[in-house]
Amino acid sequence: MTVPRFAIGIDLGTTHSALAWVDIAGSDGDATAHGTLPIPQLTAPGAVESMPLLPSFLYLPHADEMAAGDLALPWAAEGPHAVGELARNRGATTPIRLVSSAKSWLCHPGVDRRAAILPHDAPADVARVSPLDASTHYLEHVRNAWDHAHPDAPFAEQDVTVTIPASFDPAARELTVEAARTAGCNSLTLLEEPQSALYSWIEASGGAWRKQVRPGDVILVIDVGGGTSDFSLIAVLERDGNLELRRVAVGEHILLGGDNMDLALAHVVARKLASAGTTLDAWQMRALTYACRSAKEKLLGSAGAPADSTAQPIVVPSRGSKLIGGSIRTELTADEVGATIVEGFFPQVEASARPVSRVRAGLAQLGLPYAQDAAVSRHLAAFLGRQLGALAELEGFGDGNVAEGASFLHPTAVLFNGGVFKSSLLADRMLATVDGWLAAEGAAPARLLDGADLDLAVARGAAYYGYVRHGRGVRIRGGTAFAYYVGVESSMPAVPGIEPPVEALCVAPFGMEEGTEAELPALELGLVVGEPVHFRFFASSVRRQDGVGTLLDTWATSDLQELAPISATLPPEGRNPGEVVPVRLQARVTEAGTLELEAVPRSGSERWKIEFDVRGERQEA
Amino acid sequence: MNPTQLPPSGGDPPSLLRRIPLAIGALFRLLANAELAARYIAVRDGAAPAPSSAMAPTPAPAPAPAVRPAPAPPVLKEPTPDAALQLLALLQREARLIDFVGEDLGGYADAQIGAAARLVHEGCAKVLREHFVIVPVRDEAEGGRVTLPPGFDAAAIRLTGNVVGQPPFSGSLTHRGWRVTEVRLPKMAEQHDARVVAPAEVEL
Repeated sequence: MTVPRFAIGIDLGTTHSALAWVDIAGSDGDATAHGTLPIPQLTAPGAVESMPLLPSFLYLPHADEMAAGDLALPWAAEGPHAVGELARNRGATTPIRLVSSAKSWLCHPGVDRRAAILPHDAPADVARVSPLDASTHYLEHVRNAWDHAHPDAPFAEQDVTVTIPASFDPAARELTVEAARTAGCNSLTLLEEPQSALYSWIEASGGAWRKQVRPGDVILVIDVGGGTSDFSLIAVLERDGNLELRRVAVGEHILLGGDNMDLALAHVVARKLASAGTTLDAWQMRALTYACRSAKEKLLGSAGAPADSTAQPIVVPSRGSKLIGGSIRTELTADEVGATIVEGFFPQVEASARPVSRVRAGLAQLGLPYAQDAAVSRHLAAFLGRQLGALAELEGFGDGNVAEGASFLHPTAVLFNGGVFKSSLLADRMLATVDGWLAAEGAAPARLLDGADLDLAVARGAAYYGYVRHGRGVRIRGGTAFAYYVGVESSMPAVPGIEPPVEALCVAPFGMEEGTEAELPALELGLVVGEPVHFRFFASSVRRQDGVGTLLDTWATSDLQELAPISATLPPEGRNPGEVVPVRLQARVTEAGTLELEAVPRSGSERWKIEFDVRGERQEA
Repeated sequence: MNPTQLPPSGGDPPSLLRRIPLAIGALFRLLANAELAARYIAVRDGAAPAPSSAMAPTPAPAPAPAVRPAPAPPVLKEPTPDAALQLLALLQREARLIDFVGEDLGGYADAQIGAAARLVHEGCAKVLREHFVIVPVRDEAEGGRVTLPPGFDAAAIRLTGNVVGQPPFSGSLTHRGWRVTEVRLPKMAEQHDARVVAPAEVEL
């Protein structure tokens, strides 16, 4: 393989995707030659436009729906699907053929992610696709756009970094890698989105970042995108006179983002209309959501525009050609936005607040597991509280930083990411909330790390990371943000009616770096030859001290989070089916950033891969 | 006289009336000036005139074409309808412009028209913003004094009012003008029928 000329970063977002690049040879140290790729996409049938973002939507048209040539792209005469802006527009009027939020489905443990299940509510005669296929389609589109623009530097020969939420579990990471490889990535690395945002900030500062942070800083990255919220903590250390960045903690996967906010506003306005006797159909509701979004941007302020507190008129257009007679006019007031968005999603709660979880109805529809509590601030409070001990093991932090009697981890700097924070009002509110928590415990307010491009930061940071990996700049260390455990049935006399308790065996400790292998635990497990054997699988984002082989017989439910089970099937070659082979489980983190588990028998050099179950066999917790 | 031997300064050959006093004057000047007489002999015999400090040699001009070509009639460009149709489709899609303009305002109150106008305004603004880069022709504030130097671009600046005299002109800027510096219309598929600027919608 030739030496890659470009480091390509792809932000494979829940609602939008983007591609950025750094010309490796053309860059020198902090001065990088970089850019983003305008992505040609269908914006209407038969019309192709280049836009900086590719909406992550896939539309599966009916065979008679489009005229010949309507789906032609610069690189393909005709495709069966539409990706991007057209998909989103068409999907607004025909939602049964629209695949959206594929990324959230990709990490949904309750469904088979290789099975054709999307669109989720499509009738039987729509040919569905799997969450994996949908992600592959978006990556293929981006790849084709690159190859079309750079015929002399094919995508397959470049260094590609794809971003994922920090909270993605090992199975979702593996599926992302699989999608990227299918789309033609040969040299691939995964990068967590909050880290990517920080890389982008570092790149944009052009070297000045070294003056804006100092050893002992704890940077809190708050990333609220279109569909997900993601938190990370990154500590600043000094080693041999150089600043070192270490990601010390990541948050849970929270399906809560800007789209929820627009929808919430639309419901507020729809209720107001309903009380005045006007009911909206599904089409008008979507138009209303769209209108609410732009009104919200005016009321909350957006990039470069201060918040305007006068009530914003909202007009829902008629569907027919009688525009004047058929349109519905109402307005969105600053009070409504304040109550719905500012107080609903960013309430000023105490640091001790925790998300409220409702008991789910017994027969909940198998949809996406959206966050039950809409308050981003409560999720953040829970994250900082849970990670109180994240710095305990870190040299230079120790006890000095965790103040006496602190009830949560005190960040010293905040970096925002995601389109939601284009609103200066919301960014200020979030920062004020964090500062309030800090002040209550006698800590100094957090500094705002400013100047990131909130839409493209993740893609830019990913490209910069690809460049940094060639040894040209600071790299955020940290390794895996979870310790992983396998469930082992403890050997105890059988008691009728009681399931044998499960112990958790640590197979991969916290902080494993890419390209490293964990040691072999002493404990052996029995695998039955020729039969698939399932193990329960757990992850912990807080148990930093557990080494390989640590066996937990009890644990706090908040410490260990159960993931989809893992399974292994031993081929029967050279053995008798049904024979039990004692094996030990060894964990490895690949260069790409995925976790691999292998079963290693006591003797011989064989190794069998342990598969992450993505089939969605629901575990009863 | 041979046309190639025309005096360098001359355009058309002198008329008969001009030649009579010329010939009489020449008779006396040739008698009085031997050098001029020698040059006359050379000219008469078809040789090149001898170099002289008094008369710099000048190459004979190329023979003028017998007939000057009539100026070609201006070529008027035929606009291709595709781009116009595309723009119309965008304005309908984003701003419902055809719907709006096509409606009779008679039966509606101003408030209703105003509500629809907001949609049209917002949509048109989006189309202009996304597909064109439009900058003012003149950066000065409207109402201010501007000076136009000789050779100003008459296509970009329209003079109005008391248009007399020679540039530089000085006047007051009544409109800044707009110049499109970039057009980004969508690329169209070969078979796409651009005349359908808004397809009919049928909900199943």
